[in-house]
Amino acid sequence: MSRVLPYPVLTAALLLMWLLLTSFSPGQLLLGAIVAVAASRAMAALQPAKPRLRRWQLIPWLVGIVLLDILRSNIAVVGVILRGPRDHSAGFVAIPLDLRDETGLAVLACIVTSTPGTAWIEHDPGSGVLHIHVLDLVNEEDWVALIKNRYERLLMEIFE
Amino acid sequence: MTHAADLPGWAALLTAALVLVGAALALAGAIGTLRFRTFFERVHAPTLGTSWGTGSIVLASIICFSVLGSRPVVHEILIGVFITVTTPVTLMLLARAALYRDRAEGSGNVPAHPARRAGALKAEQDRAVDGGR
Repeated sequence: MSRVLPYPVLTAALLLMWLLLTSFSPGQLLLGAIVAVAASRAMAALQPAKPRLRRWQLIPWLVGIVLLDILRSNIAVVGVILRGPRDHSAGFVAIPLDLRDETGLAVLACIVTSTPGTAWIEHDPGSGVLHIHVLDLVNEEDWVALIKNRYERLLMEIFE
Repeated sequence: MTHAADLPGWAALLTAALVLVGAALALAGAIGTLRFRTFFERVHAPTLGTSWGTGSIVLASIICFSVLGSRPVVHEILIGVFITVTTPVTLMLLARAALYRDRAEGSGNVPAHPARRAGALKAEQDRAVDGGR
């Protein structure tokens, strides 16, 4: 199994993408399966670190709260823009992360970046300190607590 | 879109509203990019277009073509997935370049370089040890 399909999740995702892009038919299923298996075996040649999914059941929950938070911060940032550029205080926040898993950090980067109002600036892998830039910074502690309790804890449960 | 007249009223209204919301978010992002004063503030504005700006237009497309085709059309979700996955790459590249510039010029209120900050901390500890002696 592991020799034929080194990355089963990647293979499944590629096949799903193929079927979404083409209309579903047995021929496309076969063609998509061939492409997915070939591509994931090519990926094995690069020998990337294999992410472990410990509790994948939590992923839909994570996606849900992230979509909701992004919607809320969209509204907040539109508010900041319409109020005028001077009526807010932007600043950097340093967050000491306990998350070390590379995939988890990549997902956190996607979350922080996709959320308007927060931008991933720098992460120091040695100390685990992450700097983000916050557009409407009222209280630094709130942002540290938000990232740590709302996202980091879930990501650590999923990936570590 | 020549067969758009086949769309029932509720779907047409929903599609139109979602497209307008998406366009309005992209416009707000453009205005924000223009009005903010510093690089790190500007970086936030276009994110409106790449998050729910894209999201609501994707939703509009899904609703419109699913109703027209009488079957679920969801491949637009891939657009959203790819935008979400690729945006951090360019953003981090730009942010790090700006951070490097501000640190080199000593301008802006940017956080210190991690290695240098660790060095400063160590120097402080050394001083404390020296003071204790």
